[in-house]
Amino acid sequence: MSSQDIPEENLPAEQDHAHAHTAVSVADEKDPFSDPGLPPHEHRIQDIDERAAKRSERVVAMLFTVSMLATVGFIASYVTIPKDKSIFVFPIGHISALNFALGLTLGAALFCIGAGAVHWARTLMSDVEVADERHAISAPPEVKAKVLADFKQGAKESALGRRKLIRNTMFGALTLVPLSGVVLLRDLGPLPGTSLRHTAWSKGKLLVNMNTNEPLRPSDVAVGSLTFAKPEGVEESQEDFQNVMAKAALMIIRLQPDNIKDKRELEWSHEGIVAYSKICTHVGCPISLYEQQTHHVLCPCHQSTFDLSDGARVIFGPAGHALPQLRIGVSEEGYLQALGDFEEPVGPAFWERG
Amino acid sequence: MKKLSARRRHPLAAVVVLLLALVGTGGAYAALAPASKAQADETSQSLTIEEGKKLYSVGCASCHGTGGQGSSDGPSLVGVGAAAVDFQVGTGRMPAATSQGPQVVKKKNIYTQAQIDQLAAYVASLGAGPQVPTKDQYGPDGADIAKGGELFRTNCAQCHNFVGAGGALTKGKFAPSLEGVDPKHMYEAMQTGPQNMPSFPDTTLTEKNKKDIIGYLNAVNSSNTENPGGLNLGGLGPVSEGLFAWIFGLGALIAVAVWVAARTAKAKKS
Amino acid sequence: MSTSENSQSRERGKAPAGERVADWADGRLGIYSLAKSNMRKIFPDHWSFMLGEVCMYSFIIIILTGVYLTLFFHPSMNEVAYHGSYVPLQGQLMSEAFNSTLHISFDVRGGLLIRQIHHWAALIFLAGMFVHMMRVFFTGAFRKPREINWLFGFLLFVLGMFTGFTGYSLPDDLLSGTGVRFTEGAILSMPIVGTYISYFLFGGEFPGHDFVARFYSIHILLLPGIMLGLMVGHLILVFYHKHTQFAGPGKSEKNVVGMPLLPVYMAKAGGFFFLVFGVIAAIAATTQINPIWAMGPYRPDQVSTGAQPDWYMGFAEGLIRYMPGWEVNFWGHTLVLGVFIPLVLFGLVLGAIAVYPFIESWVTGDKSEHHILDRPRNAPTRTGFGVAWVTVYMVGLVGGGNDLIATHFHLSINDVTWFVRIFFFAGPVIAFVVTKRICLGLQRRDREKVLHGRETGIIKRLPHGEFIEVHEPLSQEQLHTLTAHHQYEPAQVGPAVDENGVERKIKGSEKLRAKLSNAYYGEDNQIPKPTVEEYKEITSGHGHH
Repeated sequence: MSSQDIPEENLPAEQDHAHAHTAVSVADEKDPFSDPGLPPHEHRIQDIDERAAKRSERVVAMLFTVSMLATVGFIASYVTIPKDKSIFVFPIGHISALNFALGLTLGAALFCIGAGAVHWARTLMSDVEVADERHAISAPPEVKAKVLADFKQGAKESALGRRKLIRNTMFGALTLVPLSGVVLLRDLGPLPGTSLRHTAWSKGKLLVNMNTNEPLRPSDVAVGSLTFAKPEGVEESQEDFQNVMAKAALMIIRLQPDNIKDKRELEWSHEGIVAYSKICTHVGCPISLYEQQTHHVLCPCHQSTFDLSDGARVIFGPAGHALPQLRIGVSEEGYLQALGDFEEPVGPAFWERG
Repeated sequence: MKKLSARRRHPLAAVVVLLLALVGTGGAYAALAPASKAQADETSQSLTIEEGKKLYSVGCASCHGTGGQGSSDGPSLVGVGAAAVDFQVGTGRMPAATSQGPQVVKKKNIYTQAQIDQLAAYVASLGAGPQVPTKDQYGPDGADIAKGGELFRTNCAQCHNFVGAGGALTKGKFAPSLEGVDPKHMYEAMQTGPQNMPSFPDTTLTEKNKKDIIGYLNAVNSSNTENPGGLNLGGLGPVSEGLFAWIFGLGALIAVAVWVAARTAKAKKS
Repeated sequence: MSTSENSQSRERGKAPAGERVADWADGRLGIYSLAKSNMRKIFPDHWSFMLGEVCMYSFIIIILTGVYLTLFFHPSMNEVAYHGSYVPLQGQLMSEAFNSTLHISFDVRGGLLIRQIHHWAALIFLAGMFVHMMRVFFTGAFRKPREINWLFGFLLFVLGMFTGFTGYSLPDDLLSGTGVRFTEGAILSMPIVGTYISYFLFGGEFPGHDFVARFYSIHILLLPGIMLGLMVGHLILVFYHKHTQFAGPGKSEKNVVGMPLLPVYMAKAGGFFFLVFGVIAAIAATTQINPIWAMGPYRPDQVSTGAQPDWYMGFAEGLIRYMPGWEVNFWGHTLVLGVFIPLVLFGLVLGAIAVYPFIESWVTGDKSEHHILDRPRNAPTRTGFGVAWVTVYMVGLVGGGNDLIATHFHLSINDVTWFVRIFFFAGPVIAFVVTKRICLGLQRRDREKVLHGRETGIIKRLPHGEFIEVHEPLSQEQLHTLTAHHQYEPAQVGPAVDENGVERKIKGSEKLRAKLSNAYYGEDNQIPKPTVEEYKEITSGHGHH
């Protein structure tokens, strides 16, 4: 190959060639599997053709220029495009013009810097492979011996091994001191107590329709329908609304009384209207995928399936026990009301549940 | 809301308003028509029922029984109401094929709207049930979209997903996607609870509630819905996002890495 | 220009400005000694060696965008009514956290873009770490001296999962809130301490008013702080150990062959940062992620179907979904095995891959350093184990998306769950056996290739009429590459009687080790690589069969 028009800094160092070739012939006959050494370096077009190198240079410069233009575009988009402008881009659909413009210009500005740098490295910087020697990580024996000796000396001078009283009390103190930190965590929250066993339901609380915020009458609830309820007096604007609903959310359905297989379920229902906790007994998702023909209710999170016509017993999935039922009746004014709290804790099981 | 106000100044706006007003008065007149007119209606009504019965005995009776009393192949239609017929036949679910999978799915409707109305009239005559809703009941105009969203998340999203993309039920059943579903059919589905869907009667989900829900869906899941961030990946949430991140995100970056690490083409050996 | 400046400054008897700055720094930091060994550090070229860079850069992108997001995000659970520009939520009550996330998405110019970059980069970060970890595993790059760095990387992956989880829980939207509720349920399932930990984490009953603020400091400070430290340590060790390389001509355990940091890798790796950032920005410009406005604010009585976590938690989600609902009641207590077992399995499965390097080094008893990477086929048992592990992981992901798989392939969700339950046990076994066989087959093919050369596809007719395919002998480079790997001998249990005829007690661990070693390197578990003698015999015999 001709090396006349190769720029000097791009010419591979001669010794690399030599290094690469020496290993080849040494062991060839004896061991055909031996390492032949690094293959000789081959030049790229850019190494031997100055015009190609110039072309590469122009490509790199162009990429960097595109990046600059893209940044200008980014700023222009930021200033000119209103934030609520929507455009239709095929095939993406109706999207925010600002997000699209800012993202693409930023993406282009960044990508072009990267592409330029990499193209520069790949075509114009030296591509001669170099071997670097590795060095042992473990210390040589004399260093190890010195360190061990130093350590022993230090340990001896501290007399930690000899003065047992100091050693033991120090370990004691160091063990105890983190306890303060642990104790400080105590006020992260109150103790559970029995709070997981109670909900906002109690005897006489009316069942209020989540949709209309009105108390429900038995005649409102049709067979095959699905209604969600909260205890009367609970409003979304209240401070503790989320906590209350996390336990008290109720799902109300109506079955034909002769379709109810479980005796207790029938007893606790009112004219076939049954009220179950909406909170899954698995890990607490608001379960409510009610299939009115099969009377099954499925949890959208982990697919536990309960049979609402049979005491909400688990028929599939990871839940461990039936959904708690709320005992309901009718108040004097003819509204559906709770006849007490749930008899067992609602929601996920826990150690103290029993 | 914004779109509506923007279009108010459109040259055709006056025409649209005029048309709406005409339709509105016409509808109001029909609804409030005096009793003498009702007499005439009754005869035409019985004719309609007659026609419906003929259609019924051809298309429906084999499963639902000659008098709509039901059989082992299909439930009783007494008391399901006109809305149920309009939904089932209008979405092509009925008449269903005899051997079907876990649930009857939407397909091409083979009846004209007039025929569906006749069928509906006949079935409604078997026992009182929900009426086919009118346009001002199900139309999204005047809906409180935000309230509709809250109602949708309480009552519907558990099966149909946040934006109505649909989802799985037990044993191969599923809640269908709500994209492109006629608002009238949505309304009827809420009223009547087709197949395994529970019903949401007016007593627990008022007419206004239903309108709000339809208004919300119209805002978040129609062909004009804006997804400001870009491609919405089916509205399915983290699963489709994860797949996208792996295939197009990491995939693209690996392709770039291959380019970065690859050897540059060598000059040909002569 | 610059040369003339240089000469000018020389004339004034001073070094160039850059050099003077470097001198100043050297006097305080010792940078010359540092640069001596690092400036021309050699990095080998291979695309799979850049996977780690994908992770590092996406991590940096996450930090940059995350800092921006903190300028606008309010980590508070106070209830406010929404009055921003997204119409379908007007007037709805929501936490300030959700409100401020809507504000970022709709009312801060470019806020949505930054949010989307942040979230996409997080998904890619975790995916990148997974693939990077698998690259390291299947090439045996975790062997001595890199076991500690393997653990650093593993910790980064695990911490990344939890940083991601706490991050996507911050907007307090309906989807992430459902995930937090799941977390509460999972914590409650822990025997004895569960309720206490839950009450301490949430400041009382779920959801309370504290978790967003607490997750916030964990998400932006605690976990990323630890991760940053681990990442720096990870990088220092990569520099210190020098990079591994694949076998090839000129490459040995004693060297590393590639391009120098300055200038080639400075440009390539530096440029790669911009490439990664550019690609992610383009994705964020065109593809929506986590549209919290569509999901609505969190309410514990509301839910949407398709409630899944981000992909990296999908494995845990799957375990939870396909576990049967076991619950044991005794003495007034409940053991919630249906939730607790998946929780334990989650740790065990992840732990299995983390400790693997130590098990393998115990089995091989190999104390030497390894810098030449294995081709996966040359370590069939390891590769089989790795594929089995990936299978378990993927089965978890499938289980975590069982509802979407059911709806998209028109299957029954119950069938999908049962399939996953069975495949959780059968999958890894099948994967192990099949992978190992494939590896052994590939080893045989390599052996054939070395001994008989490459099949050229040219058919030649011999004088006596026989047709043969011409095999072209491999070059020495190829021969070396295909035979460079080390093959272990299976370890033996020492003799049961010593030389004096006295019975020796053989420890159980010794037997186990011999058994494992045989399973790794026994007769049918690796194909002996061709020896020079075999090769010579065949090549001298004119090399055709």
